[in-house]
Amino acid sequence: MNELITFEDVTIERDGACVLRDVSFSLAAGERLAIVGANGAGKTTLLRAMVGLQPITKGRIFAFGSQRKVESDFTDVRLKAAYMFQDADDQLFCPTVVEDVAFGPLNMGLTDEAALARARQTLTSLGLGHLADRLVRRLSGGEKRMVCLAGVLAMNPDVLLLDEPTNSLDAAHLEKLTETLQRIDKAMVIVSHDRPLLDCLATRALAMRDGQLFPAVLHRHPHVHEHGHVHL
Amino acid sequence: MSLSSSLHVERETGLIEALDPRSRLIGAAVLVAAIVSLHTFTARFAALGLAIALVVAARIEPRLIVRRLAHLEGFMILLLIMLPLTVPGQPLASFGPLTITDRGVERAFGVVLTVNAAALCVFALIGTLEPIRLGRAMAALGVSERFVRLFMFVVRYHGIFGVEIRRQFESMRARGFRAGVRRHAFRSYGNLAGMILVRSIERAERVDEAMRCRGFSGRFPMRRIRSMTFADALFAAFAALMVITLVGLDRFA
Repeated sequence: MNELITFEDVTIERDGACVLRDVSFSLAAGERLAIVGANGAGKTTLLRAMVGLQPITKGRIFAFGSQRKVESDFTDVRLKAAYMFQDADDQLFCPTVVEDVAFGPLNMGLTDEAALARARQTLTSLGLGHLADRLVRRLSGGEKRMVCLAGVLAMNPDVLLLDEPTNSLDAAHLEKLTETLQRIDKAMVIVSHDRPLLDCLATRALAMRDGQLFPAVLHRHPHVHEHGHVHL
Repeated sequence: MSLSSSLHVERETGLIEALDPRSRLIGAAVLVAAIVSLHTFTARFAALGLAIALVVAARIEPRLIVRRLAHLEGFMILLLIMLPLTVPGQPLASFGPLTITDRGVERAFGVVLTVNAAALCVFALIGTLEPIRLGRAMAALGVSERFVRLFMFVVRYHGIFGVEIRRQFESMRARGFRAGVRRHAFRSYGNLAGMILVRSIERAERVDEAMRCRGFSGRFPMRRIRSMTFADALFAAFAALMVITLVGLDRFA
């Protein structure tokens, strides 16, 4: 089966308001799906529903070959579809970097030694080896975001769910993150406002408006245009 | 590579740093218990000497010690004023209705010596410990996992709440808020406190979700800690000798 995650007519109501309405879509292996839309359109809710953090009112969710309904159904989904949170400080809760990256592997049942080795190896592969023993609270914003990515990659997931991955990143880290994500050969769902990022990553795009999903045109063409920009 | 050896974030210097965090915790507890049991001034001065020696061995910056002690001495001044006036004994001097007694003065200076000696011991042995290693040592000594986790979360997140409070307060001032004893000021402080509380709860929920997303199921898998070394055995012997000496000096000298 080629579909990793499928939504069938999923509706989510919260506080009496309809946040998602009859949403259906599938994520295929190897696909990098961009979800764009205005603030409050329900993009984050969609991601949360994919890993069972957001209970659904109606519809069906299939993930990795079976239907998922209750919290316990989603335990293994969360390891295979790794969710990177919008605010890095929500995700990084361990005092040191290497511990935080080892948190997922340890929960998967690896021994201390194996989990730490995996954590260091993941950090090194992202060019973050020098951060391993640093304290999380002393990292910069961009470093925190990269460590978050290491934390989810260390679980060796099939899918990455990225919620505004480039939010509040400086130019250097933006470039590094974009380049890293391009190298990663996994299916992704990317919720973002960052058009340049989506332009070079996404293979398909969906637009979200008022809780509904619409196919969006994703096209590439050479541009001849004029614009103002800041020179540093 | 063992887990704990990979977690020594801070560089280790000084004699005290060579010790296992667990022996430092136990050592501090035993020494403080011995120090507060002392009654004679000879023993108390000896204890203060020992405490100063420990601080020197721990290589704490003198400035830091002075700042930490300053918090303590505020209370000590209160005791130095109150105790001579309230403890019954032979009068030394009278000011109107107030009488200073010999027992009172003795008690006051005794307490000041004891508290300072105990505090210096704690500064030297525990105060120099990275909070993370302190948490780990508590866990290894059988302190409840929940308490240790709470402690670790405080270590990780207190800075973030500090930033949030500061940012909120700055935005209040940016809109012309000035601190003062006014109804409006108090109401604003109330709103600030309430908002921080609400944000903290929301933050806690998001952290919990992020942990569940990485497969957390209620138990923390990391438990290992390195074993004690010869230095710890030496320190145990030293601490025991000090306790015997201090208590012996107190009872028999």
